[in-house]
Amino acid sequence: MLSGAVSRRAILRSLTALTVSALLRPPAAAAVQGPLLVRPVPSTGEMLPVVGLGSWVTFNVGNDRVARDACTDVMRNFFAAGGRLVDSSPMYGSSQEVIGYGLERLGKPAALFAADKVWTSPGSRGPAQMEQSREHWKVARFDLLQVHNLLAWPEHLPTLFAMKAAGQVRYVGITTSEGRRHAEFEQIMRQQPLDFVQLTYNVLDREAEVRLLPLAHERGIAVIVNRPFRQGALIRQVSRHPLPAFAVEIDCANWAQLLLKFIVAHPAVTCAIPATSSVAHVRENMGAAFGRLPDDGMRRRIASHVEKL
Amino acid sequence: MSEWWTYEPSNFLLFAPRTYYRLIEQYHAAIWPAQLVALVVGIAILALAHGEWRWRGRAIAAILAVCWAWVALAFHFQRYATINWAATWFAAAFMLEALLLIAVGVIGDRLRFAATSDPIAHAGLALVLLGLFVQPLLGPLAGRNWSQAEIFGITPDPTAVVTLGLLLRASRPVDARLALIPLSWCAVGGAFLWTMRSPETALVLGAGLVGLLALAVRRPRGSG
Repeated sequence: MLSGAVSRRAILRSLTALTVSALLRPPAAAAVQGPLLVRPVPSTGEMLPVVGLGSWVTFNVGNDRVARDACTDVMRNFFAAGGRLVDSSPMYGSSQEVIGYGLERLGKPAALFAADKVWTSPGSRGPAQMEQSREHWKVARFDLLQVHNLLAWPEHLPTLFAMKAAGQVRYVGITTSEGRRHAEFEQIMRQQPLDFVQLTYNVLDREAEVRLLPLAHERGIAVIVNRPFRQGALIRQVSRHPLPAFAVEIDCANWAQLLLKFIVAHPAVTCAIPATSSVAHVRENMGAAFGRLPDDGMRRRIASHVEKL
Repeated sequence: MSEWWTYEPSNFLLFAPRTYYRLIEQYHAAIWPAQLVALVVGIAILALAHGEWRWRGRAIAAILAVCWAWVALAFHFQRYATINWAATWFAAAFMLEALLLIAVGVIGDRLRFAATSDPIAHAGLALVLLGLFVQPLLGPLAGRNWSQAEIFGITPDPTAVVTLGLLLRASRPVDARLALIPLSWCAVGGAFLWTMRSPETALVLGAGLVGLLALAVRRPRGSG
């Protein structure tokens, strides 16, 4: 089993949650692909689609109007396919402003689940940075605020919990990427009442399976997965090879969907957030939020196959 | 930054290469025909460095100072900072180099040029020629649009390469403070180019390496 600490019962429970999502599906997508796959945020039961939208690099296009409109098109297709969670950070250059630009042109989609981060030290600068981020997004409030890469977390987390108590944000989380500071991350997960964690997990980077994903499941913390394609490198690597025949057994038409379904089928994972500036790619990615998911045996098969490429 | 050894240059690249070169393209469109002025200025610097005028060192320092200040404000601060939050620091560094050129080269008159057979001076001249005439061609030759060319006095990389070349071409001793920022930029800019797999990478990193080695082996022995 890929994650020994997660029981079959837990997997069945998660798959059951996925199937109750038909009410949330967009009509156009549902007619072709069936119900949108969603997962509950453990702390509230709110359902989120298993595929979100990241903005690292791809949405940092500055004041380039043509590129901003292209990003808006990506967001339009993301929401049209049933997507909700969009993630950004003040670290990502102009990405927040580009998201705000797109949201305004799309009429501020009601489905939006706005996830951003605080990334500054000392922690006293946090509130001003978060307010500036909110202005960039042009939203009334964020759904989720996360401490980016644990920077100044002892100062930021009390601020975020106070904001949550005051109704200024709905969920609080922390993030890491590429396997950094997992021991400290685990300590915080054990000690703090977090709603979300964000970490790197993909078919080749599976360190999170050992402790963090089982711990998130045990403590009822939602998990957002970043770098599902290793910033595109994994897609470029596997795309040189034909899609394995078994992909059709889990309704995958391309590598992006196979790699994403490997991730979101883990019972502790709430959603993955691939980033793209391509409409074709966001459509491919959203395709992973429909159809059958791999069971434990199929996940092992996918991992084994990709490792050999 | 914790666990710094786990970071790679690509972790610091906040934007896609096409975004960077689109930014240069739009910058060129906004300032046209400043590129032609920059080309004339570059040729004028070459002529000054090989002429006999007594005030040529001061003139070259003043022209370079204007170029560095222009790149600081028009490129780094106004444009590059929209996709890279570190660009405000780059703008400050480029402005500092402009001030150093004025203080050391214009006011202090400590950037002098004379005829020489010194091989390091020849290496410096080669860097100047590469930065002025070869670097703008590399991107287009590799398939990028002409409107995305890197040009001395307009974009940072050739400005640093040409400045470094002139410092090597100048009579000894050269004030090492003038070389610190161009050398640093060759390292920083070269790392960005390498991460973007840009064809200019070898030229910028190579110029920095040549500059560093030349300044390290060069011993002060008076002008000429």
